[in-house]
Amino acid sequence: MLNHYPLWKYLVIAIVLVIGIVYAVPNLFDQDPALQISAEARTAAVDQALLERVQSRLEAEEIPVKRLEIDADRLLVRFDDTETQLQAADVVRDALGRNYVVALNLAPTTPDFMQALNLNPMYLGLDLRGGVHFLMEVDMNAVRAQALEGYAESIRGLLREERIRYTTVELAEQAPGGVVVEFRDNAARDQAARVLRDNLPGVNIDDAEAGTRLRLTMTQEELEERRRSALQQNITTLRNRINELGVAEPIIQQQGQERIVVQLPGVQDTARAKEILGATATLEFRLVSQEGNPAEVAAGARPPLGTRLYRERDGRPVLLERSVIITGDVINNAQSGIDQQSGGPMVRITLDGQGARRMEAGTRDNVGRLMAVVFIETKTETSLVDGEPVRETFTVEEVINVATIRDVLSRQFQITGLDSGEEARNLALLLRAGALAAPIQIIEERTIGPSAGQENIDQGFRSALLAFLLVLVFMGFYYRRFGLISDLALAVNLVLIVAVLSFLQATLTLPGIAGIILTIGMAVDANVLIFERIREELKLGNSPQAAIHTGFDKAFSTILDANVTTFIAAIVLFGFGTGPIRGFAVTLSIGILTSMFTAIMGARAVVNYLYGGRRLETLPI
Amino acid sequence: MDIPMRSIIKDTEYDFLSKGRQALIGSGIVCVIALLSLVFLGLNLGLDFTGGTLIEVSYPEAVELAEVREALAEAGYGDAVAQHFGTSSDVLIRVAPREGLNSAAISSDILRVLEAQQSGVEMRRVEFVGPQVGDELVEDGGLAMLYALIGIMLYVTLRFEWRLALGTIVATIHDVIITLGIFSLFRVEFDLTVLAAVLAVIGYSVNDSVVVLDRIRENFRRIRRGNALKIMNVSINQTLSRTLMTSLTTLLAVIVLFLLGGPAIRNFSLALIIGVLVGTYSSVYIASATALELGVSREDLLPKAKEEVDERP
Repeated sequence: MLNHYPLWKYLVIAIVLVIGIVYAVPNLFDQDPALQISAEARTAAVDQALLERVQSRLEAEEIPVKRLEIDADRLLVRFDDTETQLQAADVVRDALGRNYVVALNLAPTTPDFMQALNLNPMYLGLDLRGGVHFLMEVDMNAVRAQALEGYAESIRGLLREERIRYTTVELAEQAPGGVVVEFRDNAARDQAARVLRDNLPGVNIDDAEAGTRLRLTMTQEELEERRRSALQQNITTLRNRINELGVAEPIIQQQGQERIVVQLPGVQDTARAKEILGATATLEFRLVSQEGNPAEVAAGARPPLGTRLYRERDGRPVLLERSVIITGDVINNAQSGIDQQSGGPMVRITLDGQGARRMEAGTRDNVGRLMAVVFIETKTETSLVDGEPVRETFTVEEVINVATIRDVLSRQFQITGLDSGEEARNLALLLRAGALAAPIQIIEERTIGPSAGQENIDQGFRSALLAFLLVLVFMGFYYRRFGLISDLALAVNLVLIVAVLSFLQATLTLPGIAGIILTIGMAVDANVLIFERIREELKLGNSPQAAIHTGFDKAFSTILDANVTTFIAAIVLFGFGTGPIRGFAVTLSIGILTSMFTAIMGARAVVNYLYGGRRLETLPI
Repeated sequence: MDIPMRSIIKDTEYDFLSKGRQALIGSGIVCVIALLSLVFLGLNLGLDFTGGTLIEVSYPEAVELAEVREALAEAGYGDAVAQHFGTSSDVLIRVAPREGLNSAAISSDILRVLEAQQSGVEMRRVEFVGPQVGDELVEDGGLAMLYALIGIMLYVTLRFEWRLALGTIVATIHDVIITLGIFSLFRVEFDLTVLAAVLAVIGYSVNDSVVVLDRIRENFRRIRRGNALKIMNVSINQTLSRTLMTSLTTLLAVIVLFLLGGPAIRNFSLALIIGVLVGTYSSVYIASATALELGVSREDLLPKAKEEVDERP
């Protein structure tokens, strides 16, 4: 029998439709601007007491709250609008202090059973919900330089241990780079080459150069490994810092060999985010040298052996010993506060076990001597020289505090000498989150304010709705009842696109919405092809049933060809595109696939159901 | 039998291809103009490709651009370009990539300056693209266009006879050149979203041509009489109503997008509108006319003689 669909095909369509509706429905619910409060310190708990505390605090400030709820290990405070949310964020942050992370978030209002089933609305991109997107580049030259510096240090140590006399160990400025070690004679050089070969993995040792020198360069594998680990460590550090900043649902991802993408939804204070993420500040503790005269050294005299000249913040020179007591990486915890005695800002530092031992060993024999705290910050800047980007890295090292060691220091102590409370807070945060393995630089930033995001959603939604209605009316008018069938297919198509996007939790962006709108216009193409074909068949004098049959049949390969080409363009777009553009590619390709299903199989099912298997005189097409 | 239906386009028998050569020549001239404009004027590349900083701020009420410029100049951003964006209380500020200063800090700095000048300034959008990223995007963008064309060319060549495939490709490149040419000639800003639109145009244009070529192939096999020109004309006429319908619905959608989608994707929609219009024209004229000029004939499109061999005893 012509134009009869077996039951299983109807069932397939029904099942797809039901699943589609189930996944699309969560999008009908709004999202509340909310605060997401989670415990930062181990001593802090998210419980009823916290909920009441937050509630009473907000009541006291007369900030209207929509609802408070405890969800797993976090407290959600919902508000009616973004403004109240921002206002409340400041209040709650002040009230809860350091022990809790307060993050801005959009909380779905879908009923609990839906959330339990993992049914979520579409994931909105930054251009729709507001937030910051950073693309950061890790300074791989600095990674190499640091690695070589480490090798130079090991070489000096090894040669001293083996009592091999050398004149200099230096990093080569010119190609082929590496570390160059000069010796007095060939015997020393050959002996050193043997020792270094046995003890230093990951380097090539070249002793064929002129003169009594060795050149050590890193092997390609070693260099790659260092780069990889620097990137990984930076990602970890960034993640820690972002947690400290309090951001809900951040994205931190590697992109390519030396780049990191950071997306922070809902972040308003981008200046602070930039400052914190890119900062490399860390501390070193060194003893103040008892020899030499800082003023003379500053004027050009040679510093005594084993010392280096530093400057304090007010510019005064000070000579410090080269050996470091501890560095920032042994710091376990750091809290900013106010110093009881001086009233100035301070950071209270807690060391880990290893750090505590080293601090003890370093201060035990030096009670009464002066110790300096050195604040180190690496900055990277790109400037344009003759139109070419040139990158410069420079390090700022300042002595922020010199104090007498009154007692053996161990696990806990505090440092002062910071410029402001703000600086103390940032330093404490950075010490807690850990140092970056290599300096990073922001090479791309895209920030969208929350109101601009909402406006994008509104404009996108309005356009989609109007385009949809216009196409519906147009098709219904032109193809009459068959037009209504394609209208139905188009509506189902939209539901399916939304469902697939929600299911995949693919990011919906403004260009993504544009992709959906473009799909609305193009999706009816399949039906147009089919209907025109049916009309032609009717004109040729075929019976309506035969016309329907041949129309669908013959149009199929054309539809396939036409869609494959658009699909290829969409895939290229996806592969090449970043962020918002990728969103366009995603919705476009999903739209192509779902429209094939609805316009061919779906429309056919309806046509067969309405007209199939009986004698027809005319077709309302 | 009575077939009740609405039809804007009745059975047509336009002789499209007798003017095929004129169409090719005309399009050729337009393409040359577009190419000349692209070579000599170039595209008005947006921030995505040039690098630099863009800041969109919203004031509580209408604001004089002169005041904004003054504040910027005082802070050392004399080269910044400020213009109203959408309404008179929204201002868009662009700063070219600059030397010295850490470039990512420029946006924060400018926002501080504007807030100091007048309170209540709201940051709506900040975009900063470093010079290295811009260069990469230019390169990647060109490559993407090339890959899309190659991918589609491969598919079309596999599915169709080479003359028809080449016709499609010529039509598609024609559409891309004219779309880009219009952007160049009228100095419309070309940013990443526009590039995405151009790629979508490539897809759309091929889609349109494929439908016509599909019918040409079918008719060559079915209609035994008539030369190539006639059969192609018949095919174009048969698909004409579909070509126009689909173009119309797609145009409806992208025009709505152009009018209501907001300034952020206005140029994107513009590229799509141009692409759909030019693509519709080229699928009717350019694709078939090119195949015709290349001398496509019935023999080229008939199924290979393999089946006949099989039937021999």
